[in-house]
Amino acid sequence: MSDITLNPKNIPAERLLHVSHLKKYFPITSGIFKKHVGDIKAVDDLNLYINEGETLGLVGESGCGKTTAARCILRAYEPTEGEILFRNKKQEYVDLAHMSDKDLRPLRTEMQMIFQDPFGSLNPRMNIFDIVSEPMLVNGIRNRKEREERVVDLLKKVGLRPEYMVRYPHSFSGGQRQRIGIARALALQPRLVVADEPVSALDVSVQAQVLNLLMELMEDMGLTYLFVAHDLSVVRHICDRVTVMYVGKIVETAPTEELYYNPRHPYTEALMAAVPIADPRLQQDRKGLPGEVPSPAKPPSGCYFHPRCSYCEDRCKTEVPELREISPNHWTACHRAEVLSLEGLKT
Amino acid sequence: MTDQKPLLSVRDIKVYFNLDEGTVKSVDGVSFDAYEGQVLGIVGESGCGKSVTMKSILRIVEPPGKIMEGQVLLSKRDHPDEYLDLTSMNEKGKEIRAVRGGEIALIPQEPMAAFSPVHTIGNQIIEAIMLHCDVNKKEAREICIQSLKSVGMSMPEKRVDSYSWQLSGGLRQRAIIAMAIAGNPRLLIADEPTTAIDVTTQAQILKLLKDLQRERGMSILFITHDLGVIAQMAQYVVVMYLGRVMEKGPVDSIFHDPKHPYTQALLRSIPSAQKTTKIKLPTISGSIPHPFNKPKGCPFHPRCAYAIKGKCNVNLPSEYIVGDQQYVSCFRYEKSEVNIR
Ligand SMILES: Nc1ncnc2c1ncn2[C@@H]1O[C@H](COP(=O)(O)OP(=O)(O)OP(=O)(O)O)[C@@H](O)[C@H]1O
Ligand SMILES: Nc1ncnc2c1ncn2[C@@H]1O[C@H](COP(=O)(O)OP(=O)(O)O)[C@@H](O)[C@H]1O
Ligand code: SF4
Ligand code: SF4
Ligand SMILES: [Mg+2]
Ligand SMILES: [Mg+2]
Repeated sequence: MSDITLNPKNIPAERLLHVSHLKKYFPITSGIFKKHVGDIKAVDDLNLYINEGETLGLVGESGCGKTTAARCILRAYEPTEGEILFRNKKQEYVDLAHMSDKDLRPLRTEMQMIFQDPFGSLNPRMNIFDIVSEPMLVNGIRNRKEREERVVDLLKKVGLRPEYMVRYPHSFSGGQRQRIGIARALALQPRLVVADEPVSALDVSVQAQVLNLLMELMEDMGLTYLFVAHDLSVVRHICDRVTVMYVGKIVETAPTEELYYNPRHPYTEALMAAVPIADPRLQQDRKGLPGEVPSPAKPPSGCYFHPRCSYCEDRCKTEVPELREISPNHWTACHRAEVLSLEGLKT
Repeated sequence: MTDQKPLLSVRDIKVYFNLDEGTVKSVDGVSFDAYEGQVLGIVGESGCGKSVTMKSILRIVEPPGKIMEGQVLLSKRDHPDEYLDLTSMNEKGKEIRAVRGGEIALIPQEPMAAFSPVHTIGNQIIEAIMLHCDVNKKEAREICIQSLKSVGMSMPEKRVDSYSWQLSGGLRQRAIIAMAIAGNPRLLIADEPTTAIDVTTQAQILKLLKDLQRERGMSILFITHDLGVIAQMAQYVVVMYLGRVMEKGPVDSIFHDPKHPYTQALLRSIPSAQKTTKIKLPTISGSIPHPFNKPKGCPFHPRCAYAIKGKCNVNLPSEYIVGDQQYVSCFRYEKSEVNIR
């Protein structure tokens, strides 16, 4: 119970994805001979799972490794180490981490990504039909009529007029472009959708429309989401469970309300206190965290959070805390979790 | 507050950009007053004209942008009842240069633009100090170090000789604030000062700005699109949409008793406003129009649930008073009691 590692035999049936001890290091080289002088530990022992039909939120400050983790899971990056168990259509668990490109190919249709930047992620020289139907073509749907029918369907699903098919990305607003990106991601009827900050670049009024769309699609198409974000109120609204990342590691995972109101890791507590609440009557007293997020190229010893943690003890400086289940479905990586009484979100 | 005279009064300012494709009316009749010792927040969605409004105050609107109409009145330091009109000054002249940095300082939206990479931050801050205070270089360096210290930078004697690119995001933001306050301004304009940094660092910077404001009795004009930040920082809030002020009022009225249909809809659409999660969020129909195609009449009318046909799409509503210091630009309040009185 204390280790999150599972093997394909003891995996609970509802798991769609189970990631354990995932690492992604980017080498730092120097000189003309590209001597290896160190590593950027962008993802450093990441453990998480997602059950079928649920939305898992992945939160953390910029640079903590959210995008790198997401790209490893979809195998846009080759992981340095670890295991990514995914249940395919035949209900078998396969380890994506060490699969060849050829073996990955049929699985790629089952997992798709929605990107943060609705401006940069669409090819400006392709029209909407080409953008949305490209994944179909790549996956062997050669019949143009069939592709057209599906694009019409998809555009309707994401709330865009089918006539827009012939237009180019520049003539759409940010929210509309994000809808196009979503339509493209859904083109092959994926089972797992990784959304990397899908609403971060959008204005408040547009953000609500896109969040509603994502929630609707989940119901209609039975999708499972990994929802990456840094806005805690957005995450709280749509996620069943939330996992918190700090310098490449998961520090806490719990059901949403539990995590927000009963955090068991000092960093989660600090994060909750730092988020400005849109209500002037809830004046937050900002004790605030000292210092800044450390670089993943030179993480601190022991618990990566120790230089900023006000509950730090001697052992925190030398021993790395393991992620462990402190109560059912509540995981934390803090030596002192049992003895601390931490404050959650104010209401 | 009502008897107090404003420190800065922006009156019906209009800034247009004449482009080949047409005219962008970025700021189209904006008015508000900023008082001494107050944090005034300007909030609105991307492109609504927040930065251009700020640039028109400092007279740094880049061409082809032009101030078409309106006044920016700044009270004089020694005679607070007398006002200078910044719009009548030559934008390259001595007068406005004395205002910039000395009276009104800026924390720009692009943090990398604040410092040149080829000079140390110290030399740039010292230069700014010598421009506004009658001191020699040695004294200026002393003020600079004090200033770095007051923004919570450790080892200021050492950091003064570093380059901006050697600093982390949080430290760079502190250095920018140090430079801004070094000339002892009465008004600090902060244009999205924390948008590019992390939440835990953002919390530190917001606290720093609040502390500085209190200690120095300075006023802050705080620009952001983040409703959470504005609720925590501002005492008075101006809500903008498509180059115009929709509503302005004390922060508590704006968040707990908003009157304008746009403010109401905007606040309803944020997830933290919901009691239950996982439900559909109320949305504002349609999208923000392209700046070349601004609607006639009330700029919000194509998306407004209360639009009055034949009126809202034809005429521009003026500002009506709806509460203590609270004003809205909306025909729904044309006949409200306070206004008839
Ligand atoms: N130099 C320029 N040339 C042409 N149009 C401009 C220029 N600067 C601003 N605009 C236009 O003026 C309008 C207002 O811009 P402004 O930068 O003030 O928006 P903002 O409210 O600060 O937005 P954001 O939240 O994205 O910073 C926009 O439509 C913008 O495209
Ligand atoms: N291709 C890459 N090469 C080297 N370093 C990278 C690369 N991609 C990301 N990083 C580094 O890894 C860390 C995590 O980045 P990222 O996953 O993008 O974080 P997040 O998405 O949480 O903001 C950062 O320090 C970043 O600079
Ligand atoms: S392990 Fe120690 S330093 Fe790390 S979060 Fe827990 S108390 Fe703080
Ligand atoms: S003036 Fe008319 S369109 Fe504009 S906000 Fe008021 S009711 Fe709506
Ligand atoms: Mg990212
Ligand atoms: Mg701006």
